[in-house]
Amino acid sequence: MNVWEVCRFAVRGIGANKLRSGLTMLGILIGVAAVILLVAVGNGSAQQVADRIEALGTNTLTVQSTSRGGSSPLTVQVAQALKDSVLAPDVESVSPVVSTSATLTYQGTDHSVQQFVGSYASYFTASNSPVGRGTGFTTADVEQGRRVVVIGQTVAEELFPGLDPIGQELTVSGSLFTIVGVLDEKSSSSGFQDANDVAIAPLTAVQQALTGYGSLTSIVVEASAPERVSDVQAQITTILNQRLKVEATSTSAPYRIQNASQLLETQTETADTFTTLLGAVAGISLLVGGIGITNIMLVTVTERTREIGIRKALGAPRRVILTQFLAEATMLSLIGGGLGVAAALIGSNFTIVGIQPVIVPSSIALALCVSVAIGLFFGSVPANRAAGLRPIDALRYE
Amino acid sequence: MTVLDVRRVAKVYGEGEAAVHALRGVSLSVEQGDYVAIMGSSGSGKSTLMNILGCLDVPSSGQYLLDGVDVSRLNDRQLALVRNRRIGFIFQSFNLIPRTTALANVELPLAYAGVKPALRRRRARAALDMVGLADRADHEPNQLSGGQQQRVAVARALVTEPALLLADEPTGNLDSRSTEDILTIFDQLSAAGRTILIITHEPDVSARAKRLVKLFDGQISSDVRQVVAA
Repeated sequence: MNVWEVCRFAVRGIGANKLRSGLTMLGILIGVAAVILLVAVGNGSAQQVADRIEALGTNTLTVQSTSRGGSSPLTVQVAQALKDSVLAPDVESVSPVVSTSATLTYQGTDHSVQQFVGSYASYFTASNSPVGRGTGFTTADVEQGRRVVVIGQTVAEELFPGLDPIGQELTVSGSLFTIVGVLDEKSSSSGFQDANDVAIAPLTAVQQALTGYGSLTSIVVEASAPERVSDVQAQITTILNQRLKVEATSTSAPYRIQNASQLLETQTETADTFTTLLGAVAGISLLVGGIGITNIMLVTVTERTREIGIRKALGAPRRVILTQFLAEATMLSLIGGGLGVAAALIGSNFTIVGIQPVIVPSSIALALCVSVAIGLFFGSVPANRAAGLRPIDALRYE
Repeated sequence: MTVLDVRRVAKVYGEGEAAVHALRGVSLSVEQGDYVAIMGSSGSGKSTLMNILGCLDVPSSGQYLLDGVDVSRLNDRQLALVRNRRIGFIFQSFNLIPRTTALANVELPLAYAGVKPALRRRRARAALDMVGLADRADHEPNQLSGGQQQRVAVARALVTEPALLLADEPTGNLDSRSTEDILTIFDQLSAAGRTILIITHEPDVSARAKRLVKLFDGQISSDVRQVVAA
């Protein structure tokens, strides 16, 4: 009895009851496909979140005011104090930010932007919004308060459909701004806001034309490297506490520091939990499929006890009987598992609940291995029982 | 040469009060080339004896030597080998494997013996030819009549050329014509020098055997040589 013949016997055994074999395979198919696909969906959503957060810039910190109503304690002077090579050596750049919503007008067309940002030239790199066409503004532009502006993709599309916006002039609350550049399109929108619906101008110009020389909306601090972010956070906390006269023991500071990598970590953890949860649910369905195989093998063995008796009477060794039933169980789970992988691969091409699934290769291997292991393990119990019967007992079985 | 030698074999089913003594010390020795019919009423223990002779069951006590080898000393694997090589068993209820062609059924013992597929097919066809079923090789059991099924079973028992052919009421489920077919095959096999043991309760079946053993209540009540009729 070589392997080929054992397989042929197994195929014949499976083919003997096509409906039952088909249903068993369907159980495994669904289990395997669910594991792979749900893990892929979890993984896809994790990547989506990571992409979004990475778009914000992983080595930046944002200092925001927490005082409600009253004026923000954050001023340009505070911001400049953060750029201190002694107290804060790991700070790469500091960009004070004022942000307001504004209505942009070009030749009678209106467009209101959520974020009309005034900042320094360093803001482009710090906020991970590189200039695509044209140029950004320079530090000299900021110092002289030149009315230049860099607009986002959405603004460019709304106000200048089919036109080159660079060099055109916009009216913003009665002041003229010259467009010098257009930002690269950002891949994803964060939250409710369209990340491309933005306009960035020199801080001084925005203060002069729109917001006045009051407090800042936020301060964007760029660390010299992503792994320096926590150091920078400690350094600027010290400076801010000093400047804003916050007691070290005080529980409520008038500012809050947000850190993209922290956010990323939290979100990744959440996504991992999500993936694990989905995987667990899918794993249960795989287990149910496995129990299906056990059940079928038990029924098959019981139903064919007489046949086993005949085979033993004809001189089939125990090992051959065992191999035959194991081969059947393995083949059932392998074919079911293979079809499940195919179904998952096809399914992953479609967007599921707004998420593009990303297949995790190890989940394919895992699901297949588990399905085969289930086939082998749960198949071996009834097969072993059958092979161990005395021929006369098996023959008399009704 | 003695093919099988049974010494004071007993078989008890159950325990204590409910114990049933199917065999109460049977001793029997069969020479090569003999044709033995075993008769007895139902419950006389003849099927139990046959199962022990076929290595399908083990005796509670006593010794069974097959070709001079004590069967009780063989392990599982060796027993499978004995069943495969030394014994051809024919059942009353045919016991063909369902949904499997006649040819595949006959091939099966050879497959377990490890014979190469091409040679296996040739020998299986030869065996089917011998029982006159060469043209039914590709039929499945449910497409064959009872007599044809039993002839397939005979072919299956013969295909490994065993030393001993055991038949447990082979004609019990057959009509008179099929019975005649099977018995003719047995006569031919006996003439060719095969050792045959047959269980029956039909006198005209036992009449064809060279030796008649009668069982009563788990013991041999008579053992006579007889002149073969016809």
